[in-house]
Amino acid sequence: MNSLRSFWYRAGPVLTVLLTLFAIWYVAAVWLNSSWAYDKAKRADTTISFSEMVVDTMAQDKPLLPAPHQVVSEIYKTTVLKKITSKRSLIWHGWITLSATLLGFAFGTGLGIVLAIGIVYSRAMDMSVMPWVITSQTIPILAIAPMIIVVLNAVGVSGLLPKAIISMYLSFFPVVVGMVKGLRAPDQMQMDQMRTWNASKFTSLWKLRLPSSMPYLFASLKIGIAASLVGAIVGELPTGAVAGLGARLLAGSYYGQTIQIWSALIGAAILAASLVALIGMVEKYTLRKMGMQS
Amino acid sequence: MNNPVISAKNLSLIFSTNDGPVHALQGINLDIEKGEFVSFIGPSGCGKTTLLRVMADLETPTSGTIQVNGMSAAEARMNRAYGYVFQAAGLYPWRTIGGNIKLPLEIMGYTKAQQAERVAHVLELVELVGFEKKFPWQLSGGMQQRASIARALAFDADILLMDEPFGALDEIVRDHLNEQLLKLWARTEKTIGFVTHSIPEAVFLSTKIVVMSPRPGRIADIIDSPLPRDRTLDIRDSPEFLDIAAQVRDGLHAGHADE
Repeated sequence: MNSLRSFWYRAGPVLTVLLTLFAIWYVAAVWLNSSWAYDKAKRADTTISFSEMVVDTMAQDKPLLPAPHQVVSEIYKTTVLKKITSKRSLIWHGWITLSATLLGFAFGTGLGIVLAIGIVYSRAMDMSVMPWVITSQTIPILAIAPMIIVVLNAVGVSGLLPKAIISMYLSFFPVVVGMVKGLRAPDQMQMDQMRTWNASKFTSLWKLRLPSSMPYLFASLKIGIAASLVGAIVGELPTGAVAGLGARLLAGSYYGQTIQIWSALIGAAILAASLVALIGMVEKYTLRKMGMQS
Repeated sequence: MNNPVISAKNLSLIFSTNDGPVHALQGINLDIEKGEFVSFIGPSGCGKTTLLRVMADLETPTSGTIQVNGMSAAEARMNRAYGYVFQAAGLYPWRTIGGNIKLPLEIMGYTKAQQAERVAHVLELVELVGFEKKFPWQLSGGMQQRASIARALAFDADILLMDEPFGALDEIVRDHLNEQLLKLWARTEKTIGFVTHSIPEAVFLSTKIVVMSPRPGRIADIIDSPLPRDRTLDIRDSPEFLDIAAQVRDGLHAGHADE
């Protein structure tokens, strides 16, 4: 009884919002797809009733906005019913994108931490690097992604790496910003304390600054991994839509396969949410292990 | 007579600020002998903390000389001549109490066995046996400050510099810690420099009280306490205690009078 109540206490608001979203989605699907349903009837020289129109909007081949159940069934068909190795499997495409995402995320995190350490320890870098870092993020990624792909292709690098580099380009930014703040989190007293022990710069980095920065790092990583996924998808667009969630999006838009586009979109969203949740779990575990959360 | 452990000669320190130079310290002459308990007392801005920080090489004097253990303050710091206790305990939340006390030992390259032995020893000194595996947030403010004292004692420096270590604690806890500190001083025979703004605390703890006054920060009076080294809290009601407290108060007033 009590556990049921506490389940509703937690799940209730989430389910309410979800149901509301689905309701809005269905209404929008009827509204947007209705003109096509009426068009079809007009060409066939018949008239259809409102209820017939509603039924039609739920089951069009290339609807303007697919109904939720169409997307769900498409996702089911392309995940559970297809072999993972099939080029029509959403899981196969998802894995292509995920591998580029994870590699780019690792690069981006590494680059972000190294830059942040440089900014905190070197006055020259403190004065000069940050404006470049910010400028890098003001350039639209869609503009720069094809150039990265083309340039790397010209020097013989293709496949996973160019996509990972675009991921890195997006994901290092939150890490730099968060880690500069995190590495500067220790107060003057803690730095003085290190001085009284005659600790080296490396020691105070390793024993004080890095542990202090952990909460900041995890906040950055959550933003960074989502940005990485966006980067990997964008990186798949200029390569001619061979493989990956980005390819599914692009191929879908070539052929007006809106159901495929939406299932790839939802797939990407689920992937991003899972990645962020995974980092959240690692964060919780790490901070608890460090005694930072009671 | 032995050489003094800490010796300041004609020490001055001027901070340059946006509002012009500030004379934090001016013409400080002071000798501290081995095994003394010296308190620095005065209103805020009198330079008592700055003087302690100069001894610890956390500030550099503008002129004059300071010697610690017969060396310059910088050399003394690099030789780890002193342990420094700050106003806040400053324990790392991600380390246990034992881990916090171990920290300076790790930095100084003690072996694991030495670390364990010293941690056990200083935990016993500050009466925190059994708390080694606890995290700082599991301890009260007073216990945290005791842990920070243990950390300053862990590497056997023979000087202990304390900057208002009990300033943030309530009076009951403070009395208790003062008694403990005296016991600890008696057992370890360290030389202690102690900054405070409490007259009773200064008189109760010290063998020598340095009364300071502000603008410019300077020494107004140095009072040698005739109280015996072995004291309990009752001594605060004795006429000798009240007499010294009155002297300190006069010193503080005199510092203000000539402004």
